[in-house]
Amino acid sequence: MGFNLLTICYLIGSITFILGLKMLSNPATARKGNLIAATGMVIAIAGTIFLYEQGGKKLHNYTWIFLGLAIGTLIGTLAAKKVKMTAMPEMVSLFNGMGGACAALISLVEFNHISKSLEPQTLDISAIQPTVLIIVLGLIIGSVSFAGSMIAWGKLNGKLKDFSFTGQNILNLLILAVALSAGAYLVYNPAQHFLLYSILILALVYGVLFVMPIGGADMPVVISLLNSFTGVAAACGGFLYDNKVMLTGGILVGAAGTLLTILMCKAMNRSLQNVLIGSFGGNKTGAVLTNGKDQGSYKEISLADAAMVMSYAKKVMVVPGYGLAVAQAQHVCHELEKILLDKGVEVKYAIHPVAGRMPGHMNVLLAEADVSYDNLLEMEQANDEFKTCDVVLILGANDVVNPAAKNDPTSPIYGMPILEVEQAKTVIVNKRSMKPGYAGIENDLFFQPKTSMLFGDAKKVLQDLCAEVKIV
Amino acid sequence: MENILNFISVNQQIIYIVILMVFVGIEVIGRVPSVLHTPLMSGANAIHGVVVIGAIIIMGRAEADNYLALVLGFLAVVLGTLNVVGGFVVTDRMLEMFKKKK
Repeated sequence: MGFNLLTICYLIGSITFILGLKMLSNPATARKGNLIAATGMVIAIAGTIFLYEQGGKKLHNYTWIFLGLAIGTLIGTLAAKKVKMTAMPEMVSLFNGMGGACAALISLVEFNHISKSLEPQTLDISAIQPTVLIIVLGLIIGSVSFAGSMIAWGKLNGKLKDFSFTGQNILNLLILAVALSAGAYLVYNPAQHFLLYSILILALVYGVLFVMPIGGADMPVVISLLNSFTGVAAACGGFLYDNKVMLTGGILVGAAGTLLTILMCKAMNRSLQNVLIGSFGGNKTGAVLTNGKDQGSYKEISLADAAMVMSYAKKVMVVPGYGLAVAQAQHVCHELEKILLDKGVEVKYAIHPVAGRMPGHMNVLLAEADVSYDNLLEMEQANDEFKTCDVVLILGANDVVNPAAKNDPTSPIYGMPILEVEQAKTVIVNKRSMKPGYAGIENDLFFQPKTSMLFGDAKKVLQDLCAEVKIV
Repeated sequence: MENILNFISVNQQIIYIVILMVFVGIEVIGRVPSVLHTPLMSGANAIHGVVVIGAIIIMGRAEADNYLALVLGFLAVVLGTLNVVGGFVVTDRMLEMFKKKK
């Protein structure tokens, strides 16, 4: 009876996961979808604790289980509640790593379990081979996901720098190949316990080296990929325990995560391979060159002038980027929008799909500052409207407005869809310095006659701008 | 060869589930607008936290003298729970901001 009830719990869990994901992909239902999936998760977990039985035996060690759940819940809630909106991406990466580690630990324990059962009678190896295969797969994928996510987390919060050396790709592949062959041999001969630990170490090293050379702007893609890895690792666990909710949940995330990864790459007009092997971050030589041609000079604009131009504009388009996120300037940005609105200026936001640190990052940030959803224009819409704008205010965005992506076939970002800001009458660019953006290339836009630069930290500049606009 | 065929026929249910789930996973998020990429990733991240169930089973089955299973299992329960709870709470916080304020 109890066990059958558990089947129902798992069924509910699986259905809520599918429904939840479905609803998460629509702005109107997203929040509800998340809650539904969470409810399903609680049902599945509670069902496991109280109803699971094996060979007529229920689970024990309740104290420890509940203690573990309590600790995890406490830390998880606190961390998730306290994290700043700008630090969301690394938080997701961190949680993803926890899931990967969990899957790897399960594999370690289960291998130990199975090799104990093997010791007395070494006769029927073939019966346990599939299980060992799944354990090895879960271990490798889980460990890579864990190590990779930790590195991604470290890089996103600035603790780690990009790091690459010649032949790194070959070394990576070599490590992966060794780990896989060790895994294959372990499946063939499950008595070789020590191999499991070598595989664990190799997989961890691979995870580190795999993410290390990939640059900050590509991290979202990597996190999404690692996310789908963890999904597959969870599915391995589902196979191990013949547990359908783990299996469906894991595979669902594995498949959806992979598609999401591809969609993100598409938004940047790059292939996944390109992101992973990394022609961007690795190729430092081409980065400094600017095709040998002199860029000419750029001109600066004073705060007062900028305030004047914007106050008398009919329509201002704000292009937020990475710099806005770093400076946490979303609130003061909304402030400026309100002040301009009072002066009868129409203010809109042009959101490039990969602006910021993650696709959709700008939307989340601006939504946090109460900017109306209707004022956020997607790239195509924005490109239609730039013609009618008097002023475009670029806040810490660079590569997503670089005209080289359209005109210069030799540019590394050639072909990436960009926001065509140069169609507007005036362009004001706020940056901290003339340093190139993530792609490491100069931006012709800054040297165009209609462009003027407004240097400084986005938050500081916007605050001053608000004050100036008020007194115009 | 016979082993492989045998394996497939024994586990055919699971294999069916895997194949169908791959298509469901691709289908349900196929038309997601790019503004929702981050929350969707975060939500999916929370869902794979379902792996914690495996950790709970390990803990629940571990004999009192099996310290390896107890220690690693406990750690796994904590980490898995972190993944689930943190994932859902973070996603909710992100989505909370999408609601329109009049």
